[in-house]
Amino acid sequence: MKELVVISGKGGTGKTSLTASFAALARNAVVADGDVDAADLHLLLAPDVRRREEFRSGHAAVVRADDCVGCGRCAALCRFEAIAPATRPGDGARVFAVDPSACEGCGVCVWNCPVRAIDFPEQVCGEWFVSGTRFGPLVHARLHPGAENSGKLVSLVREQARATAQQERRDLVIVDGPPGTGCPVIAALTGAAGVLIVTEPTVSGAHDLARVLELANHFKIPAAVCINKWDLNPEQADGIETAARAAGAAPVGRVRYDKAATRAQRQGLTVVEAGPDSLADEIRAVWRRWLETLAIPVPEAP
Amino acid sequence: MSAAPSIAIASGKGGTGKTTVAIHLAATLLFHRRSVQYLDCDVEEPNGHLFLKPKIDAVESVGIPVPVVDAARCIACGKCAGVCEFNAIAMLKKPLVFPELCHGCGACALVCPVGAIRETPRAVGVAETGRAGCIAFAQGRLNVGEPMAPPLIRAVKARRDPEAVALYDSPPGTSCSVVATVRGADFVVLVTEPTPFGLHDLDLAVATLRPMGRPLGVVVNRADEDRRVQDYCQAENLPVLAELPDDRRVAETYARGELLFDRLPDWRGRFEDLWARIEERL
Repeated sequence: MKELVVISGKGGTGKTSLTASFAALARNAVVADGDVDAADLHLLLAPDVRRREEFRSGHAAVVRADDCVGCGRCAALCRFEAIAPATRPGDGARVFAVDPSACEGCGVCVWNCPVRAIDFPEQVCGEWFVSGTRFGPLVHARLHPGAENSGKLVSLVREQARATAQQERRDLVIVDGPPGTGCPVIAALTGAAGVLIVTEPTVSGAHDLARVLELANHFKIPAAVCINKWDLNPEQADGIETAARAAGAAPVGRVRYDKAATRAQRQGLTVVEAGPDSLADEIRAVWRRWLETLAIPVPEAP
Repeated sequence: MSAAPSIAIASGKGGTGKTTVAIHLAATLLFHRRSVQYLDCDVEEPNGHLFLKPKIDAVESVGIPVPVVDAARCIACGKCAGVCEFNAIAMLKKPLVFPELCHGCGACALVCPVGAIRETPRAVGVAETGRAGCIAFAQGRLNVGEPMAPPLIRAVKARRDPEAVALYDSPPGTSCSVVATVRGADFVVLVTEPTPFGLHDLDLAVATLRPMGRPLGVVVNRADEDRRVQDYCQAENLPVLAELPDDRRVAETYARGELLFDRLPDWRGRFEDLWARIEERL
């Protein structure tokens, strides 16, 4: 069983739309949505949720105002600017309170409070799901708004997708990765059989591609590059492919700028289902060439 | 309260036009002879510099403090490993530190009974400052493969000039990096597009940012006949600050890294109106 990851560096290049089309083209895959803080794949794949689990990770500090003596040791020790003075309801005494959006969950305040007035409950950071779709199983997740640990949730989604593939004897896992180059992307990439980077011929696309290629090389993952909306700037598209080759990545095709992709999305369909055929063919060619670079057999069209 | 306001430009979905809005707001503020600073907090993929082409005057390494154990003093009690919430210290015969897992909280140094832990900075990236013409510029560049973005974002924001209107260009999504960017901003502009992905991710961003208590407004980029985002904003009582029409020429101008004002003069008025809408809410 092999794991293939689609990422982009820059957001909004069409990564999720392409991944959804690949889900339709792969005959025997499990699809995983690794973009857990803005998961969108389910909007095209219409999952029917079969299993739902809580994602628990880390702790957060909560000051019990009634027990706080207002010494401020917690605020002085916190390196994340998460603790500030507050007024205790009732007697108006000066106490301290934790801003949950800034709390790193390190516990420094908890262990160093002289009167042990700080609780440290485990956090429920989101949920994850195993679902059925018209193309096979989908493992996806929802991080709670502003929750931390999205990298851990990405790892969990991948782990569950691999387990599902093993149970159902499916030979591919296709992961829709998050944007950027940080913690969640690293979690999406490590140990994958191949990564496809979807970029666009803009100055930002070219710049961000260079950074994600460096990341793929760092983790020694074979990289392929697809240029979406290539006709916005054909010259830049050529330059991107040259740079990709120089960095050891395989250019595997181009997809044109076409409002049909937006129309398909509004219908809740993948481009290979909604058409037009000419656009769908460009995506099929990218999928086929990507698999060829990895020596993975291309599934027969139905 | 600082002298000049700070405005964060965020979005749920990536690629909706955050950077475009931020740099054109910066240019608009200049037309009004306002002092303005652009701060690129999208430290994983900073792009504003591609359009503003700043001259960088200062590059400073930003690190987080990670523990170094003095083996001669260590009594191998294991308290440091026990207190670490991030599994960055494993207890073998002596403590073994994994610096890339360390969040720099200092718990281990505080708990060590014999003072055997000192902290030394581990670089996560650089913070750069400079000027792009009259626009003051700051950005962070996170080292590739580095997971700890929020400390660098805080370092970029620490370089803000309180006399200038600050424009924080946020990373996409709803994660801790976005929260670190938006925290303390006087106003948040959410840039979205009228697609199911755009609307879904806008809703997630609103759910993340509303509890932070900052006033929010929405810019609908690539606006067309699909009105679902505007309907959502009305239902959620969110002001629509601007609808920027879908135009292939905009995409092409952006692709070349050029400012829209130079090619498409009618866009200047659109950003004038947007700034007026933001200013009346500050």
